[in-house]
Amino acid sequence: MIWNTDFAISILPKLLKGLLITLQATAGGTLLALVLGLVLALSARSGSVLLARSAYGVTELLRRTPLLVHLYLLFFALPEIGIVLPRLTAGILALGLHTGSYMAAVYQSGIDAVPKGQWEAAQALGYSRFDKWTRIILPQAIPMMIPALGNYVLLMFKESAILSVIAVPEAMQTAMSIGNQTYRYFEAVTVVGLLYLAISLPVAAALRALETRLAVTRQ
Amino acid sequence: MEKFLSYVPLLIEGLKVTLAIFTCALVVATLFAIVAGTVRFSGSRWLSRPVAALVEFFRGTSCFVQLFWCFYALPLFGLTLTPFMTSVIVLGLNVGSFGSEVVRGALEAVPKGQIEAARALNYSPLKSFLHILMPQAMRIAIRPAANLMVDLLKLTPLTSLVTVNELTRNAMVMRNQTGSTLGTLLCIFAVYFLLSSLIYFVMNRLEVHFIHRKAVRAASTRVAA
Amino acid sequence: MTEMPAVPHSSPRSETRTAKELRQYIEFRSVGKSYGPVDILKDFSLNIAKGQRVSLIGPSGSGKTTILRILMTLESIQSGSVWIDGKPLWHEVRGDQLHPASEKYLHERRRRLGMVFQSFNLFPHLTVLENITQPQRLNLKRPRRDAEDRAMELLEMVGLAHKARAWPEELSGGQKQRVAIARTLGMDPEILLFDEITSALDPELVDEVLNVLRRLSERPDLTMLLVTHEMSFAREFSDRVIFMESGKIIEDAPPERLFVNPAQERTRQFLRKILPHTR
Repeated sequence: MIWNTDFAISILPKLLKGLLITLQATAGGTLLALVLGLVLALSARSGSVLLARSAYGVTELLRRTPLLVHLYLLFFALPEIGIVLPRLTAGILALGLHTGSYMAAVYQSGIDAVPKGQWEAAQALGYSRFDKWTRIILPQAIPMMIPALGNYVLLMFKESAILSVIAVPEAMQTAMSIGNQTYRYFEAVTVVGLLYLAISLPVAAALRALETRLAVTRQ
Repeated sequence: MEKFLSYVPLLIEGLKVTLAIFTCALVVATLFAIVAGTVRFSGSRWLSRPVAALVEFFRGTSCFVQLFWCFYALPLFGLTLTPFMTSVIVLGLNVGSFGSEVVRGALEAVPKGQIEAARALNYSPLKSFLHILMPQAMRIAIRPAANLMVDLLKLTPLTSLVTVNELTRNAMVMRNQTGSTLGTLLCIFAVYFLLSSLIYFVMNRLEVHFIHRKAVRAASTRVAA
Repeated sequence: MTEMPAVPHSSPRSETRTAKELRQYIEFRSVGKSYGPVDILKDFSLNIAKGQRVSLIGPSGSGKTTILRILMTLESIQSGSVWIDGKPLWHEVRGDQLHPASEKYLHERRRRLGMVFQSFNLFPHLTVLENITQPQRLNLKRPRRDAEDRAMELLEMVGLAHKARAWPEELSGGQKQRVAIARTLGMDPEILLFDEITSALDPELVDEVLNVLRRLSERPDLTMLLVTHEMSFAREFSDRVIFMESGKIIEDAPPERLFVNPAQERTRQFLRKILPHTR
């Protein structure tokens, strides 16, 4: 038969274990992406033309090229110049770099959204550069960015399936290995798909609700 | 070096396939985006539900999972398609789903006064949609559409995992044969970068032409989808 | 929308019309219009004669714009009926009962009307000329040549023939509004509705628009309803001024009377706020 429910249920524990790795990869990637995005955004705004141009260049190089190619480069090509990365590390690095470049744009628009008057007030009140950013600008910019950043984290969660090509034992890889062993690919891929949906749909809805609330309180 | 160069034809073959998938999937995506986006904009309840379900499915899982699911599942339901066709449909519907949100947003962004003026000038609802609403919505949608087109291009390597012989797959074959991984991968990295940049360039020109504004800067293409 | 039991007999259209029919060219009969819980108009009635120039004045929210929008079929009514030249607007006559109008019927009725908006609403993706020709070609089925000739004629009239190939975004507010008027006239309406057409304009651009209206007032066949805050223009331009507040007509009189010596205290109070020298 095409669909065997008992089988589908039986593989659930294995798939959930894989999902745990998925979440690990997503968490690691998110951390990297958040930091990288901020660095790129701040650099792009810097007075130094070299830094600003470099930041723009790096962001575009990452944004205009496929994640799969990034992954292959990190895992298969780096060893050629002596850098050998463990699978999960390579995966987290790829996800973080890729998503970080998108987050840079979110940071940019978030910072731009802070009213000009805030910058001027901070200057007039003698804030140091560091304090201006950490106490005035970022605390206002970041809450607005959370829905957009959240959406990219969600995107990363879904894209983490690609790590299966370098045999990271996350959810999709687990499903494929079950398929390879039992030849029952249909249940495996369907259940893993449902697991992704089970997490992404509520999170997406929550982010939409958060966005609406933020738009209202912005008055 | 000669060994490297002898594999360039293979890369070119792969590039041709990449472009073929891209073009066909783009057609699917555009059609689906316009139809689905219009349906959801219209608010018609019995049409919106199935469309919304489809869109949420494609947005809720990654393209990778969708490709594999269709690759394994569809034959079980009697639909035997070539990997190329499966890829075109999955990529097309995936990007088309995001596109439908862009279309819907663009239609809603057209000022309500336009629709009222059209009604006052006695445009029928259909004529108002075709001649007043859609042309303005499409202009609004050009920038997000450019981003989605680049997203589509970046999805094409995934099809190598369902046995399509596109650029990335051929590059990996070449890498196995020549032993030069870094060189090959950097090569296709550059190709993808150039193709994406070409897309942004063309869409930028399109935007300038249709919106007759001379100062549309490239920096504006940095808007995330 | 409610159904009414009987249809008043309206005379067939002919060259000679009874005085009563001409007086009741536009009729609001006990019209009720609400937005959710809020009643904008309640049991509202009004007659306007053919060829009249009527100004509607009053504070915002008084329902003046709503009256125009109901006539232009941009808003529907919850009760009562609206009649234009003896035929209902929001209802169709079938047998001797009134039924809510279909889109097709509204399309036909709408032909007599034209509206100019406060925010111009020019189509930005079309040139000035196309803004005027496209509605004629698509909705009146006029051939391209005729539509263009008519469009150029109208652009001459509003003084913008040299801008025919320009894009709306290149025009000033006053120019945009003049094009909007030309666009509406291209459809040859018999009833013109002007909804605060100068309120969004810089003061120095107001006159060029009002001049177009002055030229239009030379045509006796046009019936014009004007919602405006330009009191001196209303006084100069109208045969009849109606002051409204909270969905009700407070006073309805010729401008010489209403502006100089209003009968109602509320009218006086309103005018005092708008025109400082009112007694």
